Amino acid sequence: MLELNYDSVVIGAGPAGIAAAIRAKELGLKTVLVENRDLLGGIPLQCVHPGFGLHYFREDLTGTEFIYRFFDKMEKLGVEYLLKSHVHSIELVSHNEKIVNVITPQGVMRLNTKTLIYTAGARERHIFEINVVGDRPAGIYTAGEAQTLMDIYGIIPGKEIVIIGSGDVGLIMARRFALEGAKVKAVIELMHYPGGLTRNIVQCLQDYDIPLYLGHVVTRVVGKRRVEKVVVTKVDEKLKPIKGTEFEIPCDTVVLAAGLIPNLDMLEKIGLIIDPYTRGPIVNEFLETNIPGVFVAGNALVVNDLVDYVVEQGELAAEGAYYFVENDGIPTVDWKPIVRGRNIRFIVPHYVSGKRDVVLYARVQQPEKNVIVTIPEVGWKMKQFNVRPAEMIRVKLTKRLLERASSAEKISIEVIPGE
Amino acid sequence: MSERELTCIICPASCTLKVRIEPGGSLKIDGALCPRGVEYAKQEVIDPRRIVMSVVKVVDGDLPTVSVKTNKPVPKKCIQEVMKATASIELKAPVEIGQVIIKDICGADVVATRRVKKVNSM
Repeated sequence: MLELNYDSVVIGAGPAGIAAAIRAKELGLKTVLVENRDLLGGIPLQCVHPGFGLHYFREDLTGTEFIYRFFDKMEKLGVEYLLKSHVHSIELVSHNEKIVNVITPQGVMRLNTKTLIYTAGARERHIFEINVVGDRPAGIYTAGEAQTLMDIYGIIPGKEIVIIGSGDVGLIMARRFALEGAKVKAVIELMHYPGGLTRNIVQCLQDYDIPLYLGHVVTRVVGKRRVEKVVVTKVDEKLKPIKGTEFEIPCDTVVLAAGLIPNLDMLEKIGLIIDPYTRGPIVNEFLETNIPGVFVAGNALVVNDLVDYVVEQGELAAEGAYYFVENDGIPTVDWKPIVRGRNIRFIVPHYVSGKRDVVLYARVQQPEKNVIVTIPEVGWKMKQFNVRPAEMIRVKLTKRLLERASSAEKISIEVIPGE
Repeated sequence: MSERELTCIICPASCTLKVRIEPGGSLKIDGALCPRGVEYAKQEVIDPRRIVMSVVKVVDGDLPTVSVKTNKPVPKKCIQEVMKATASIELKAPVEIGQVIIKDICGADVVATRRVKKVNSM
């Protein structure tokens, strides 16, 4: 068995992992990036639509163009990586020694490392998780599977499509199907408001006359060998199906875009503590989890809506790993918790030291108009015309601002009605 | 005088834009957080345009397709024309990002947005 020593092992070569590996390498850490697919790049590699990089590169790029810029940087720096390599298990030896057991085409490897940056992304919710009963014929795909088929392999999975879920993923796939000549019969959304950005409702659905059913659920799939139709039911304000409102939509394909869940099984086995609101780990301002030297970034940390934030988190995790290696652990400080106030569903990170700048990511619980997002302990305020769960709130707090809260026991973020 | 409400699609802020067409034909735009929104509203009322994206078949490559896009927004009514043109093409690897796949269609070029390396076929 091959045994190798690293300062940092990065698991998952999507945008977060690639950004982390690049930053770690730049900082002089001995780093390897481990990927279980046969391709680097993760999801952006199959995102052929624009809208990527507006913050990071100040340019509007497709997902593919965005990720290739990082491939080029990886190559230039000589970032070490392993493809088709499956992480079998992670062992904790001491606060600064971890073992990552990897099965690779070259054989089993044992990677000894001081830090671990976990960037394995999120998984898609599947049909068993969203209360759809009925048949299980061919023709049921998750949005990610459909996207891989269409935009990597060039295969259209069906001709008459019903999409479950109106998040950005569902909307963008609706447009891709319509562009390639499939008929998108409907996008079905459980909530009474759309899950995705308004711009995507406009440019993905309205442009192609695709009907959006808000406050509806697919309750049943019908089909012998292939999907033949779905049964759709209206729901009440409490999201319970209303009897007698059922109708059918004939189709040959059902595409599930019903949300993402951070993929953390591997870390949960070694004692990772999860935030029930993000379903990702509890982290400090370096994105370090409760397990010393284990950092999480990207959609494994929190489901993001912009790849720019994913990259930012990857880079921060690498800086955290560097700080850890330099100091033989992140120095203990009085971590101040960040707590959720009115109309805040979650907040990341969960603890800050107040000793350095920090970027907060939050989502609201429900849509609200004319509000003020505020962090009262530091006297920070931002007027917002619109807040919606689909749009992550990103706030950068400087060290200087945080010093105002030095005597506070906690920092809270809340959304309050504007004047 | 007529009024139209649009949602700006330039960035995720998704501003609600109110466009008023004045009696003289000039446009008055409210609700944009930035000048790009004003430009978008003018364009959208006069001549709506979109970037079109697809994938094109590649032979002898490390990937079976290359992703493509129009390098400029094309008139909405031309979208199908671009899609039809990309559907009938087959490229030979290698393909480089930015490589022009179709020159001058509906006022734009179709360019590659992914790199496909050549692999030796058996």
